[in-house]
Amino acid sequence: MTGKSAVPLIVVLIALLVAWYLGSVALNAPVLLDNYARNHIAFNWTQFVLDAWNQSRPVLPSPHQVAIEVWKTTMEVAPNSKRSLVYHSWVTLSATLLGFAIGTVLGIVLAVLIVHNDASDRSLMPWIIASQTVPIVALAPMFVVVTYNILTGDNLLAHAFHLNADSARLVSKGLISTYLSFFPVVVGMVKGFRSPEALHLDLMRTYNASRARTFWKLRFPIALPYLFTSMKVAVAASLVGAIVGELPTGAVAGLGARLLGGSYYGQTVQIWSALVAAAVLAGLLVVAVGIAERLVMSRMGARP
Amino acid sequence: MPAATPAAVVVAAKGLGLTFVTNDGPVNALSDVNLEIRKGEFVSFIGPSGCGKTTFLRVIADLEQPTAGSIAVNGLSPAEARVKRAYGYVFQAPALYPWRTIEKNVALPLEIIGFNDAEKRARIKRTLELVNLTGFEKKYPWQLSGGMQQRASIARALAFDADLLLMDEPFGALDEISRDHLNSELLKLWAATSKTIGFVTHSIPEAVYLSTKIVVMSPRPGRVTDIIESSLPADRPLEIRETPEFLAIAHRVREGLRAGHSYEE
Repeated sequence: MTGKSAVPLIVVLIALLVAWYLGSVALNAPVLLDNYARNHIAFNWTQFVLDAWNQSRPVLPSPHQVAIEVWKTTMEVAPNSKRSLVYHSWVTLSATLLGFAIGTVLGIVLAVLIVHNDASDRSLMPWIIASQTVPIVALAPMFVVVTYNILTGDNLLAHAFHLNADSARLVSKGLISTYLSFFPVVVGMVKGFRSPEALHLDLMRTYNASRARTFWKLRFPIALPYLFTSMKVAVAASLVGAIVGELPTGAVAGLGARLLGGSYYGQTVQIWSALVAAAVLAGLLVVAVGIAERLVMSRMGARP
Repeated sequence: MPAATPAAVVVAAKGLGLTFVTNDGPVNALSDVNLEIRKGEFVSFIGPSGCGKTTFLRVIADLEQPTAGSIAVNGLSPAEARVKRAYGYVFQAPALYPWRTIEKNVALPLEIIGFNDAEKRARIKRTLELVNLTGFEKKYPWQLSGGMQQRASIARALAFDADLLLMDEPFGALDEISRDHLNSELLKLWAATSKTIGFVTHSIPEAVYLSTKIVVMSPRPGRVTDIIESSLPADRPLEIRETPEFLAIAHRVREGLRAGHSYEE
């Protein structure tokens, strides 16, 4: 990155940190002042601010507390330990990636149907939109429990896939990610598949090209920029889905489980460090999609 | 011209009419068009906007369906002719696919028709030579000027060797100098390939310079007002445009356009 573009980023980062430290003092003040009063400790501004920033169970932990917690739980424990944030991030990431992959494929397939078939255009689209108006937090527990039970039960689907409990848990979480991530892909790809100009389509007609040929030679390549834009939204939504899928189901591993555990035991520092891990993960995923986009687009002759 | 056996009829339109149904009521795009295009002819369609010249070309290509009369392409219906890939079509814009290199763009119809790789390579090489684009095979469309892009689109239309080339104002968006250059290139190409060409334009000099036959059309409803057989020799340097013969034909085209233009509307 050039110095020119890094300056605004650093300014915003500093502003956020200042706001965070101030917020930390403000939000932790009531408990702290109460504590001072009960233990007859004389008020001193410097001591007050330092105490507010270093509570063991703060209402809002200060940035350095979160940073230290993140450091300890990533660098100072083995990555496969249950106390490692890397371990929990990986659990969530695997569900995210599985769900994202299924969601992207599902989204593309639905978009193909919608673009090529009038009846599916009219029948599918309202349902697809309706699916996203249901609050996922309400749906996720039922969804995860039902799919888990189906996948581990005694039925055709379970016999077909032969999943053990861990894989079934992964898949049922991943399907929440799918639920959230297929939508932006459908919407983007419908737009993308419909983006050829009349001229491009006329050209294919003069060659007497079949619909399948027109799809592979024209509609699909022209829709690829739309696919990557949709995938950036979808991959972030997938992560949210995986975390939400872990929250209400008593999951013992994953960032969602860390969030839930933190809130049970009032471990706000743990909650915030899990949030930081989720944010970093989301950022990395979006960047990864961006890199894939740039590779594909440069191979497709995009102007540098 | 020697009165030998006349060349085969490539396009025959009889009483052809096309009415578009629009929200503002029916629009008469073509009305009672009677026309024959013979093998090897270079036929230009000239007229103001809305005279149906592009529509007529699109009817030949089976991109629009006529609502009256009949039309045959190589003795077949336009749909049958299209399925047999009887023509190559050059649009107003190059319509190159931006994600394909020039050679890949030329290869597009070849891939769809299903030529093998060796044949594809040979045809790409030959057609790019015809339009003077050798050396630009690996370039992407945005790396080429507008005139070069349009030449690439002509190469694409030539690649599968259809005998009929339909061109819809292919040089309309280009500057005068590129246009002059491409016009003389097109004449050379026509001489080299002996194709039948249908060419839509709104430029009188272009129509007169290129054509063996000029079809003058007028709008509302789109109809043919004059058909002029050109008396210019086959070999036409650009300077021919200053000869009295050239100017006489241009004058007749202009008269035809004026006669067809109604000032009441």
